[in-house]
Amino acid sequence: MSGTFVGMPAFPTAAREALGDTQLRRNLAHATRTIRDKRAKVVAEVEEWEELRLAGAGVKEAALRDLATHLETLEDSLTRAGATVHWARDAEEACAIVASVTKAQGADEVVKVKSMATQEIGLNEALEADGIAAWETDLAELIVQLGEDLPSHILVPAIHRNRAEIREIFRRRMGAVGRPAPDGLSDEPAALAGAAREHLREKFLRAKVAVSGANFAVADTGTLVVVESEGNGRMCLTLPEVLISVVGIEKVVATWADLDPMLRLLPRSSTGERMNPYTSTWSGVTPGDGPQEVHVVLLDNGRTRALADDVGRQALRCIRCSACLNVCPVYERVGGHAYGSVYPGPIGAILNPLLNGVTDPQTASLPYASTLCGACFEVCPVRIDIPSVLVDQRAAVVDSHRDDRIPKPEAVAMKGAAWTFSSARRLARAEQASGLAGRVLGRFSRTTLPGGQAAAGRLPGPAAGWTSARDLPAPPAESFRAWWLRTNGGTDGGQDGGGS
Amino acid sequence: MRVALQITCVNDAMFPDTGKAVVRLLRRLGVEVDFPAAQTCCSQPMVNTGYLDEAVPVVRAYVDAFSGYDAVVTPSGSCAGSVRHQHALVARRSGDPGLVAAVADTSPRAYELSEFLVDVLGVVDVGAYFPHRVTYHPTCHSLRMLGVGDRPQQLLENVRGIELVDLPHATECCGFGGTFALKNADTSVAMGADKARHVRDTGAEVLVAGDNSCLMHIGGMLSRQRAGVRVMHLAEILAATA
Ligand code: SF4
Repeated sequence: MSGTFVGMPAFPTAAREALGDTQLRRNLAHATRTIRDKRAKVVAEVEEWEELRLAGAGVKEAALRDLATHLETLEDSLTRAGATVHWARDAEEACAIVASVTKAQGADEVVKVKSMATQEIGLNEALEADGIAAWETDLAELIVQLGEDLPSHILVPAIHRNRAEIREIFRRRMGAVGRPAPDGLSDEPAALAGAAREHLREKFLRAKVAVSGANFAVADTGTLVVVESEGNGRMCLTLPEVLISVVGIEKVVATWADLDPMLRLLPRSSTGERMNPYTSTWSGVTPGDGPQEVHVVLLDNGRTRALADDVGRQALRCIRCSACLNVCPVYERVGGHAYGSVYPGPIGAILNPLLNGVTDPQTASLPYASTLCGACFEVCPVRIDIPSVLVDQRAAVVDSHRDDRIPKPEAVAMKGAAWTFSSARRLARAEQASGLAGRVLGRFSRTTLPGGQAAAGRLPGPAAGWTSARDLPAPPAESFRAWWLRTNGGTDGGQDGGGS
Repeated sequence: MRVALQITCVNDAMFPDTGKAVVRLLRRLGVEVDFPAAQTCCSQPMVNTGYLDEAVPVVRAYVDAFSGYDAVVTPSGSCAGSVRHQHALVARRSGDPGLVAAVADTSPRAYELSEFLVDVLGVVDVGAYFPHRVTYHPTCHSLRMLGVGDRPQQLLENVRGIELVDLPHATECCGFGGTFALKNADTSVAMGADKARHVRDTGAEVLVAGDNSCLMHIGGMLSRQRAGVRVMHLAEILAATA
């Protein structure tokens, strides 16, 4: 019943549409600013934050370096603790495993803990096709699901909705899938949360099977960890008889002690809280306590592809805190849907191409959805150098077109630029030409830039993207290089040249 | 100390006054700069668009032009960042150990103007006079790639007559981003509009920054809006005298 991202247009087109959505712009600006201010405040409280980031990056890096070994250890520990471990190469395999375990219970519904991995594999849609209803129990996920909508943020998937819209969604949709919203529901946050609680309660109490992801998987103890804020996760992880967890293979850490830096970094980075409200850990089956049948689906789905990428591998350190989304000036303006994936923002711009390759034009547009301003790298708790990976993925896009029979105009332009820029003589000649053109362009323009330089007026072709909203100075008649030559570095006559 | 000026391709062709200001400023401080005529571009336009192979000959041209200098000063945080952080990557891609070694030698000697003044020359008061209301935008690459910190502000604070006002949300990107400004023109303009609004809110008559590319974008917006604000490179203000 929820939507899918399949068939999304490339980023620039999707972004243009999002930019025109005034409600979205306001919600996003407000929400991202609030979260990022909160984060900045609580991060500033931790004197050794930089050391903590290094430790966090180190834990994940060490786990990735020896991933195969850690995964085997994890499988052993889990099996010894009474869990059943499944390996899923891709989304289809993972969904089939979850469906078959659910059906084996004779169940036709599952309750879900918020999980990026299950969204990534399109689990809800796959289960629905198999006659199994999957109920999201996280408040924001519930809003997205009931609204037949798509998530637009990793942590706050309904960030694009406001409370009036949420009330409407609850009033119109809750009744069709369970307990309806109470009469006279107001748009007060507490009332909305109350309605969700009532609606979900019957599902928690009824469901035999729960599905979760995991924030971390500890290899040596066979422990899965779920970090959440609402307690809905705790309900799913303890009430049903059967628990299925879909876990990306990059979630593994070697030891229980490794959780220490991670659990300190995560809440401050994601929700701006000092400590996480509900941290659930479980190691297989505990007789007489909680689910008595525990399944763990270890998911690849492109992760080994990313692992094989020297530069891009670091993206697998990501702990999905979403700090990079909240500081991203591009994300703040276009929101999550424009990225066409459950992983939006800066991390999505690198993770999607790393997991899936860049053959699809939509995915290939993502590494370019950034100004490379570096704000993401600055806040990332596991120090993923997102700008460098973005550049590297751009190179992957370019390289994938190197054998095209008809090169793109950009490729031709770049080759031309490389030719010009590899010789100062050629560059000087090009500048002379642009100076001449500048004189002509300047004459057509009726605009003078503040400060006196002539503007180029509105230009055709690719430059129109610039001049449609921004004035562009006309190239001056004399380049710096030519001036230096003519005046001997400003020592003959026109000393300072500078002026204006 | 042999000091070379790396003018950057954008300044060379579009904003020669910035380079002239650097020359004038450094000369006043007793530093004679060379302008190696063989220089072209730092290669950033190719690298940041993903054309790494195309960047190789450009990086080669850089090391040919600038090897042998004790310091290379450039009026651009972005180009200094490219030299310091991307040249090694391009050299590795070339597979040429000679280029890798050459880059290891030239890259660390690249300085953005404010770094050169404060760290190498050890001056924060350059004897400038500029009696105007000014606000400063710290460009992303100078701030986060190079870490110039508050060096530009230190230099500006010591300018006589200047009325320096804080820019709200100063550290937010202006939306230029090189080819981003064309590939994602709509988003770029949306970001630029917010930056221009913050600039206007200061009531400044001059917006100053250490990079003409970002200024071309913000200034282009301000000019289109007839905002009555002009943009100037840091070098131009520091070079100004009574
Ligand atoms: S990339 Fe870093 S900042 Fe972004 S979600 Fe992942 S861990 Fe958080």
